[in-house]
Amino acid sequence: MESKNRGTAHPSGQPPALIPRRRFVEVLLGSGFLATAVAFVYPVLRYLVPPQTADLGGDSVVAGKVGELKPNSGKIFRFGSRPGLLIRTVGGEYRAMSATCTHLSCTVQYRDDLREVWCACHNGKYNLDGRNISGPPPRPLEAFDVQVRGEEIFVRRRREA
Amino acid sequence: MSPLRNVRDWLDERLAWDDLIAPLRKKTVPLHRLSYWYFLGGITLFLFVIQVLTGILLLLDYRPGANEAFESVQYIMTQVQFGWLIRSIHSWSANLMIFTAFAHMFSVLFLKAYRKPRELTWVSGMVLLFLVMGFGFSGYLLPWNTLAFFATKVGTEIAGQVPIIGKAMVIFLRGGEEVTGATLTRFFGFHVAVLPGLATLLILVHVLLVQRLGMSMPPKLEAEWSADLSAKREMKFFPNFVLRELMAWYVALGALGALAAIFPWNLGVKADPFAPAPAGIKPEWYFLFMFQTLKLIPPKVWFIDGEVLGVLAFGLVGLLWLLLPFFESDQPSHTKRWITGLAVFALAYVTGMSVYGHLAK
Repeated sequence: MESKNRGTAHPSGQPPALIPRRRFVEVLLGSGFLATAVAFVYPVLRYLVPPQTADLGGDSVVAGKVGELKPNSGKIFRFGSRPGLLIRTVGGEYRAMSATCTHLSCTVQYRDDLREVWCACHNGKYNLDGRNISGPPPRPLEAFDVQVRGEEIFVRRRREA
Repeated sequence: MSPLRNVRDWLDERLAWDDLIAPLRKKTVPLHRLSYWYFLGGITLFLFVIQVLTGILLLLDYRPGANEAFESVQYIMTQVQFGWLIRSIHSWSANLMIFTAFAHMFSVLFLKAYRKPRELTWVSGMVLLFLVMGFGFSGYLLPWNTLAFFATKVGTEIAGQVPIIGKAMVIFLRGGEEVTGATLTRFFGFHVAVLPGLATLLILVHVLLVQRLGMSMPPKLEAEWSADLSAKREMKFFPNFVLRELMAWYVALGALGALAAIFPWNLGVKADPFAPAPAGIKPEWYFLFMFQTLKLIPPKVWFIDGEVLGVLAFGLVGLLWLLLPFFESDQPSHTKRWITGLAVFALAYVTGMSVYGHLAK
């Protein structure tokens, strides 16, 4: 509207330009500033996203040595970047599962008095198969396969069937 | 003429100093039986200044990083002269500041000081309260001890319950999938650069708004005063109220020094990402009411995960709380009863749940 008025009121009586000069400069400058802003903001946003790190754990890990665990006890082992829980039951059998509570990802522990897996943060309990049996956990702990080879106890992630 | 007077005049000649402080001289503070509550904001500000000063001192020796953080705090506490005191003051002052900020918020609520025209003062104050809690949360991790490690794990995991953006938020906060040294450096950056910058800016806005709008009068007392003009009493802001506020700061400093010296802050045990969470683990007291609430929500409510429900509910309540003044009537004589009711309920809920959380196993 403004540019039209200015165009008709041009003192020299020349016909108004198709794109008024001011508007052209505004668009040029505006898009230039916008592009500059994007060029600054995009790398910053990407910078804030942490790089992917490889989970060096693989599918199998040595969780401990035979004889290290007494019956009715448990220990935490490293499974890649996450903790796992290896349990020796009262009967002497080995069980292994993820030690990351499915509630709010605290690290669980084996309670020999309860003979259950217990999370100290919010009093969640799991049975020795990793099934959530009381408290807030919504899902069971991921169970792992255990193999004893010689002196070493291997724990393996279960393959999706 | 005294030399001090000379300097003053020299400055005044160049900067028109007297014009700058003229509004402060004109400002008055209403005097009534609830005037004491006006001190709380100032005390919170004072504690913030203490935090900045002791924080700078701690920065001189603190090293962020999973292999160094705990050891550097240990070094500050055992080797650096008075290091234990500086850290203890920083921790105590942080806790007191959160307490006074909450008390300030509730006093503003009960005195109905958030009403028009002070909506923006309330909003800036609420954002400051959230920032202060952010300070608490990020600073808690910095010594890299077991309690802090699990508190951060759970706290960031709670952020991850937010639908759609939750996962991205956790990765942004942790600097990866898990709580690691990368999380520590991030939290350090938030704690010593991002949050202080934002907080300083907002404090400036908040204080300017308070100065611009003057002190609020509780509607009931205001009505009493307009009915009986002789009942009206005021005090000059400068120097009378300022001197009283300074006395309050002095008392706060005394309390802080005593607490820090008599009950030095613990360091705890170094965090081990591959150790189970210790029994009896709890967050800091100011997060306890939320922690306890989340603990009481069943795993599934209808078809929604209990955690998701809790997080959404707290988010919604926080947002409503931030916007509370906009639900209030413009007329002092028609203030909404339900807001007072809500404030009483909120205070009872926060206190009750905190005590319950403290006592619960």
